[in-house]
Amino acid sequence: MEVPILKQGEFLIATIQAALSDADLEQLRMALVQRVVRYRSRAVIVDVTAMDVMDSFASRTLREIALMIRLRGAETVIVGIQPEVAFAMVQLGLTLEGVGTALDLEEGLAYLNQKFKTVN
Amino acid sequence: MARRDNPPRGTTFKEPNTAELPRNEAPPELLRELVAHLRQNRTHLREEWLRRISETRLLTAMTKEEIFAEATSVYDSYVEVLETGTFEALTSYARNLSERIIPRGVETHEVIGIVLLLRDVLARSLFAKYQADSEKLNRILDAYEPAANRIANTVAVGFVQERERVIRQQQEAIRELSTPVLQVRERLLILPIIGVIDPQRARQLTEQLLRGIRTNRAKVVVIDITGVAAMDVTVANHLVQTVEASRLLGATVIVTGLSPEIAQTLVTIGVDLGKMNTVGDLQGGIEQAERLLGYKVVPSSEPR
Repeated sequence: MEVPILKQGEFLIATIQAALSDADLEQLRMALVQRVVRYRSRAVIVDVTAMDVMDSFASRTLREIALMIRLRGAETVIVGIQPEVAFAMVQLGLTLEGVGTALDLEEGLAYLNQKFKTVN
Repeated sequence: MARRDNPPRGTTFKEPNTAELPRNEAPPELLRELVAHLRQNRTHLREEWLRRISETRLLTAMTKEEIFAEATSVYDSYVEVLETGTFEALTSYARNLSERIIPRGVETHEVIGIVLLLRDVLARSLFAKYQADSEKLNRILDAYEPAANRIANTVAVGFVQERERVIRQQQEAIRELSTPVLQVRERLLILPIIGVIDPQRARQLTEQLLRGIRTNRAKVVVIDITGVAAMDVTVANHLVQTVEASRLLGATVIVTGLSPEIAQTLVTIGVDLGKMNTVGDLQGGIEQAERLLGYKVVPSSEPR
């Protein structure tokens, strides 16, 4: 299932709506990395609220997305990680180091708005 | 039922399930005689029982007077059960007794021990009385034994149940006490931890905190461990995991109140606390949290 990517002002928002196969995740990675420059976006929000399981591949891919997007000149925020998922991830050592996180989409947008307001 | 006509001793009565024993299966006049005998010799038998209790060093947690008072009530309700065949009064007395003596540190083996002693003392007195007439002795014992065993059973079960109830209650209280997640400001939670953290509690703590972050939409959490005396590798690692999991939910964690001992332990065992944001005391932690949230606490110009 392809993940829809919406353009919202200066940000891109990708909302994962169901469990993803590895191929879907690869596809998401390519799509985001291409579009972030095409749309001249300043940041990408990946909403994982619907994911109730996060395996090591998904976690690693999210981290890679974030690092690649940084190299393409933008920032990434992962939002909506469920408490149970968060704890399971940490126990597996998947801590998404160096990636921004926020409680939900609203918080993620607030975080980015705040950040870019103070930078400018 | 065949039991009506006095079944041979030692077969029917050995059933482990005493709850089903029919009442009054012994001829009533035998029971009356038995009860009358126990009433008549009350003082003497009670003395004998008390002597045996102190001889076997049971109930050392209680004074002589207390033992005497309890022994009197136990004796009387014992005889009453033999007479009436109803156990309600004894059951509630046993529960009541357990409630009183459990906090004193009386052990299960002591309670069961004294009831069995009383059973033996009374049985001995029956032997002594009916020595000459072994046929009658048998019939008296037929009447006495099942009731006596069931009394012992009732008291023991009552005691153990009361004990379990107390343990359950305490566990519940500890569980409820142990992990309050408190909101002190919009988006600021405090998690004060007091006492020993074992892996189970640490887990529960993390779960509650993560849930609290979600429901209160917290951005900053202050974990205060002033009240934690010691910390081992497992718990320290768990703390680090909690901090990381909170970050995945978008919340910053500040740990406060690390004692010098804990700090030394953590450094010695080499737990990586680099990712943890630590402040000396709870006040400092809250102040830093307020700064992170953009609050500014200013004293009102005229202190009252």
